[in-house]
Amino acid sequence: MEKRKEIFPFGIPGHNLSEIEREIPNDEPPAWPVNDQLKEVGKRVNRIDARAKVTGEAKYTSDMKLSGMLYAKFLRSNIPHGSITSIDTSEAEKVPGVHGIHIITKNKEDGMVGNEYPEIKYVGQPIAGVAAESLSIAKDAVAMIKIEYDPKSFVIDLEEAMLPDAPLVFKEPIQRQEDGGDVGVVHDGSKGQGNLRGPTTSSFYGGPRGDLEKGFAEADVMVENTYRTQVHTHMPLETHGVVIDWKPEEMLVYASTQNTAGVRNELANYFELPKSQVRVICDFMGGGFGAKHSAGSFGPMAAILSKKTKRPVWLMIDRKEEHLAEGNRPSSIQTLKIGAKRDGTLTAIQQKSHGTAGVALGAGVGRIAQILYDCPNFKTEQYDVLTHAGPGAAWRAPGNVQGAFGVEQAIDELAEKLKMDPLALRDKIDKSEVRKVERSRGAELFGWSNRKPAGSASGIIKKGMGVAQSCWPRFVTLNSSIEVRILNDGSVEVRGSVQDIGTGTKTILAQVVAEELGLKTTDITVRIGDTLFPDGPGSGGSVVTQSITPPARNAAYEAKMKLFNQIATKWETEASKLEAVDGFIIHKDDRSKKIPFKEALRGMRTSQISVTASRSNDYGGFQQPWGLAYGDLGSVQFAEVSVNTNTGFVKVDRVVAAHSCGRPLNMSQLESQVNGGVIQGISYALYENRVMDKGTGHFMNANVDQYKVPYSMEIPEIEVIIVEEYGALSSTDAYGIGEPANIATAVAIANAVYNAIGVRIYEIPITPASILKALNKIYE
Amino acid sequence: MSNEITISVNGKSETHTVEGRELLVDFLRERLSLTGTHVGCDTSSCGACTIHMNGQAVKSCSILAAQADGAEVTTIEGLASNGALHPLQEGFNEEHGLQCGFCTPGIIMTAADFLQNNSNPTEHEIREALEGNFCRCTGYHNIVKSIQYAAKKMNA
Repeated sequence: MEKRKEIFPFGIPGHNLSEIEREIPNDEPPAWPVNDQLKEVGKRVNRIDARAKVTGEAKYTSDMKLSGMLYAKFLRSNIPHGSITSIDTSEAEKVPGVHGIHIITKNKEDGMVGNEYPEIKYVGQPIAGVAAESLSIAKDAVAMIKIEYDPKSFVIDLEEAMLPDAPLVFKEPIQRQEDGGDVGVVHDGSKGQGNLRGPTTSSFYGGPRGDLEKGFAEADVMVENTYRTQVHTHMPLETHGVVIDWKPEEMLVYASTQNTAGVRNELANYFELPKSQVRVICDFMGGGFGAKHSAGSFGPMAAILSKKTKRPVWLMIDRKEEHLAEGNRPSSIQTLKIGAKRDGTLTAIQQKSHGTAGVALGAGVGRIAQILYDCPNFKTEQYDVLTHAGPGAAWRAPGNVQGAFGVEQAIDELAEKLKMDPLALRDKIDKSEVRKVERSRGAELFGWSNRKPAGSASGIIKKGMGVAQSCWPRFVTLNSSIEVRILNDGSVEVRGSVQDIGTGTKTILAQVVAEELGLKTTDITVRIGDTLFPDGPGSGGSVVTQSITPPARNAAYEAKMKLFNQIATKWETEASKLEAVDGFIIHKDDRSKKIPFKEALRGMRTSQISVTASRSNDYGGFQQPWGLAYGDLGSVQFAEVSVNTNTGFVKVDRVVAAHSCGRPLNMSQLESQVNGGVIQGISYALYENRVMDKGTGHFMNANVDQYKVPYSMEIPEIEVIIVEEYGALSSTDAYGIGEPANIATAVAIANAVYNAIGVRIYEIPITPASILKALNKIYE
Repeated sequence: MSNEITISVNGKSETHTVEGRELLVDFLRERLSLTGTHVGCDTSSCGACTIHMNGQAVKSCSILAAQADGAEVTTIEGLASNGALHPLQEGFNEEHGLQCGFCTPGIIMTAADFLQNNSNPTEHEIREALEGNFCRCTGYHNIVKSIQYAAKKMNA
């Protein structure tokens, strides 16, 4: 590929904006200037799919109605551990309207000991499925299936599961991670003994470094504490599920998924079909937050029932099933030991964690302790503890949200020991330029200078202020392609398998293509979430924006140049002399020579120009053998709380969230993403908690009323600062923001609670009971 | 047990024989294919299934279809008139009051009822009115702004 040199904006406007020269592939477009010189990109553009959503026209997977469609329901285990000795479906089969029943049998991974039914390892494990003419008939039939179990002893509590005589969840080594999991961490379930698996000692970028002993010997001050986080579930408002029509020529799958291409690959692999014979569509989906990357057990179940009955099958799980079996953020018990010199310089960080993702792996605490601050000596040991509970799954910034809760409290504690302001300490030990700007802009907006010493507030309701930081890698999925088609009526279409999980992917694609073609965002038709079109990334790890918007711009640019070539011939000039601006194609040297974009298309040789482009290496050539994730995104969040010292009630009054995501594409959508991340962080800090009954192994609050989540009254004022940061890394230089948005919130709240009452809470959720206990007002 | 019922849905009379246990939300979604009314929880906690019955916002997962016999029902599909969006629908578009959009129809129906009774609400009153509707994505702020947008437009 021939290359040329281009000058790009580089750095942070209002701070250190400069320019940088990069070599870029010849077929990629010229550098964009900073956002204030662009017309569609970076602006508060309305969502192109909002109309469909506000009128009820948007069809989610659960809304699909295919001709002859049957409704399916799972039968799930009611015991946490045991073998199935018999299943009798004879009565269920007789229910009028029942068309098919499928019982799950062992596959190779389960081993071949015992009978054909997989061992039950948690309450809610799928056992069988029924397809019937209505959902109520399917439910009736499920209730008539008779199962006999041989129950075995089980273990729910993480610490009990680590005891030598604890009932074993898996006797064998395991590799499987049910659904996503801890980003970048290589889990090895074959290491360790009993229910204790691991440790993982290296995370994405690195692993152990330096000499811990030497580092601690050099320290003047030490902080050592244990931090605990709970299990919380994703609770997307639309549950997991699919509608599958397995026709002889093709398996057609409507899926509520974050990864259409991934689900296609999974089903093709499961049923040994060519990928070309599985089509997965996700036009609208009702949230995922990390839990919806996979075809799960509902995908194969619906497919088998569709094959058996020769009819389309609808299989959406219900809210209780969602809580029990479709993912959660694993718990953690983390010990952190940090040493520092008197001036704040860190000398050593030691981290050890145990977490449970139930029957799955993926309970690490991420890489935040390893990467956030400059420290020459570092070691982590992260253990997975298996328990008889539903599997964990990737959950917005997996691992790092738990990890941040430990690290950013420890840094707060260190600041206090050093008699330094928490922000001043971070200025000293944090090398990130963007977080420096975020600290300064955030502190000013928040009014950090009004913060008082911990515990100095008077009165019954005490106010406190806290801060915390986060980082997240700029993961790029290089296998990301998209097609741009310019049709001869002047319309423009963007096509890809990448899906919009609600963040606004459709809109940013339209903005980027419109900017390149000199059109309006509303001129662009975006058809995505369909594996009939080129493969895009999964919507996880905040990868989408940086993976798919550069190829979208590049494809639009290449299509435009093809069009320019045709026009240039007519105008007896060169394509390089033309530009597309404000709906016109204009001759740069003679601006009176122009033609409306639509008209220009009329004389095209073919009825369309179609270009598919794929993500290339970052400008600067940062791709590594394992993939691409050059540098980190940073954020700083500030929280103000009121703590009622009589009732123990904590109210978050304000949050200021300062974030970076390269070149911002749509300010309104970014603010929405950060708002959403912040409320999930508030919820994690104060409300959400999976309550398991140790005696029965049942999840006691698997619903929406007892599983506490914030409604409108619980949400404080949230102010979002988006710091533009140009890195000259791709043709859009834009990044996602979903994951970093909720890493720092819970720990900023914990630090604020400490500042309010002068007693530190080491465990979330921070409930009225935990506040009153900390204040010695109630005793266990 | 089956009953023949007649419900006026978005101005159109619908007569069907329903099972006693059939929920109004299933009647709307399954029989009439009005899938803009969503199901989020099955336990009347999330509000995604909110519709208007005889002018009042109700959670259609907590009402039997048979109970709605003779009632006038409006769903999200019936809110726009002659192709013109309701000010609330416009507000949710203009103020980015949605992300995934799954909760949106229910929230709009709740807000439409609320604004009928309180045409000039404070932010606090709006937040109180939304206490029966759960949104996992947006953080509620832009939802409140969208409702304020609609109130202003309806008062103009």
